[in-house]
Amino acid sequence: MFLHGYFPAILEGLRSTLLVSAVSLAIACVFGLMGAGAKLSASRAANIAADTYTTLIRGLPELVLLLLIFYGGQILINSLADKAGLGYLDINPFIAGTTTLGFIFGAYLTETFRGAILAIPRGQSEAGLAYGMSRGQVLRRIVLPQMVRHAIPGFTNNWLVMIKATALLSIIGLDDMVHRANLASAATREPFTFYAAIGGIYLAVTTVSILLLGWVERRFSLGVRKVEF
Amino acid sequence: MTEPKTQPMTELMTEAAMESSSARAGAEPATKLQAEDLCKRFGAVDVLKGVSLSARAGEVIAMIGSSGSGKSTILRCLNLLEKPHAGRIIVGGEELRLMPGKGGELEAQDPAQLQRIRARLAMVFQQFNLWAHMTALQNVVEAPIRVLGLSRAEATERAERYLARVGVSHRKDAYPAHMSGGEQQRVAIARALAMEPEVMLFDEPTSALDPELVGEVLRVMRSLAEEGRTMLVVTHEMGFAREVANRVIFLHRGVIEEEGAPAEILAQPRSERLRSFLSSSLK
Repeated sequence: MFLHGYFPAILEGLRSTLLVSAVSLAIACVFGLMGAGAKLSASRAANIAADTYTTLIRGLPELVLLLLIFYGGQILINSLADKAGLGYLDINPFIAGTTTLGFIFGAYLTETFRGAILAIPRGQSEAGLAYGMSRGQVLRRIVLPQMVRHAIPGFTNNWLVMIKATALLSIIGLDDMVHRANLASAATREPFTFYAAIGGIYLAVTTVSILLLGWVERRFSLGVRKVEF
Repeated sequence: MTEPKTQPMTELMTEAAMESSSARAGAEPATKLQAEDLCKRFGAVDVLKGVSLSARAGEVIAMIGSSGSGKSTILRCLNLLEKPHAGRIIVGGEELRLMPGKGGELEAQDPAQLQRIRARLAMVFQQFNLWAHMTALQNVVEAPIRVLGLSRAEATERAERYLARVGVSHRKDAYPAHMSGGEQQRVAIARALAMEPEVMLFDEPTSALDPELVGEVLRVMRSLAEEGRTMLVVTHEMGFAREVANRVIFLHRGVIEEEGAPAEILAQPRSERLRSFLSSSLK
């Protein structure tokens, strides 16, 4: 039997890996947009906050941050729960994992988005303002659609690194593909088979991602590169 | 390509044009745009040192001067793309309410009023600044839909009319990067026209163009002047200033050095500075 019958179990782990990646990405995008906005804002306090965020997060290994935030968060929440008179709270690894990964990759996306916004010539938003558009309209109609094109290469990189980083979440107890492979290889004593299998699955997911994001990039580059007939 | 490249420009006379040409024959035409004592500094440099100007309906004003004289800055102060340090701006009788902001520059008190006034002053930029992710047609319908609140059908009808007016309807589905500079600038002019503005501001509209493309843009501008539109044009094209403008303003180091009918001041400059400027930019 294929993978000693563990294949369905591993695929279920893949579901959890993909879900964690998607949710983390959404959180990372929110942090990234806020970070980029803060870095480009005129407010000095916002600049300093965003600089601290990106310097700190980008300067520490993901695994160390993950453990710091997971255990630190656990202690913090339980001391708060204690004060409120509640019992011991166990942090859900899914919530802890996605928040942490989102927070970490938000710092990388901050730089990606900031660069993408700066790559848009000033005249593009000036033209919007000069025709009476509001700041919000300029952002939605002119800056964001043009930003996507500049952001996609960096965004693709972050997404790939992040999918792979979800493997770390098995350490804090997330029941993902790696966790399943650990269990299966312990049970069958064939670690190579299972790690090779999930390696292949990761590669398939990342390859599909590259193709999809390449398509998105072409879609948003309409009118920039030569159109192919 | 079956459509003609350029259409006869003078055939289409808009209502605005009729109005202002009849106004010209009768009493004093209304003042469309007025700026008083505009001052602007960049760091320690005084770029504008109290410039006042006004444009009446149907007037075409050419602003000339060497680079660094502040002529583009005036235009950009009028719609507050650049914030002046002092001055008043009045568009069609409505004064833009300003208040001192951080750093001593003036800011609009009411963003909604600023937007309304900006929509009445359509600007044409040196670098065209067409939105790169939109086709020509999308560029032209964008502000009328978002700012003026036109329906998509109305805006499209209007956009097609003005694209035809400047002779680029055959390029309406092209993206800016696939058009020549002259075509881009004509689309940008159509974008400005589609706002049906009170005053059109041209910021060196031909300076970024290859020499052989300058003519097509100037022809469009000339025809707009002929139909009686109110235009404020910052330009290096002395021929345009001489033949099309009703009034020429010569700026030097942030002040209006000389001002008058082109026939007078370009032929017989009173100041030494204008004389030397004209002799160095002979065309």
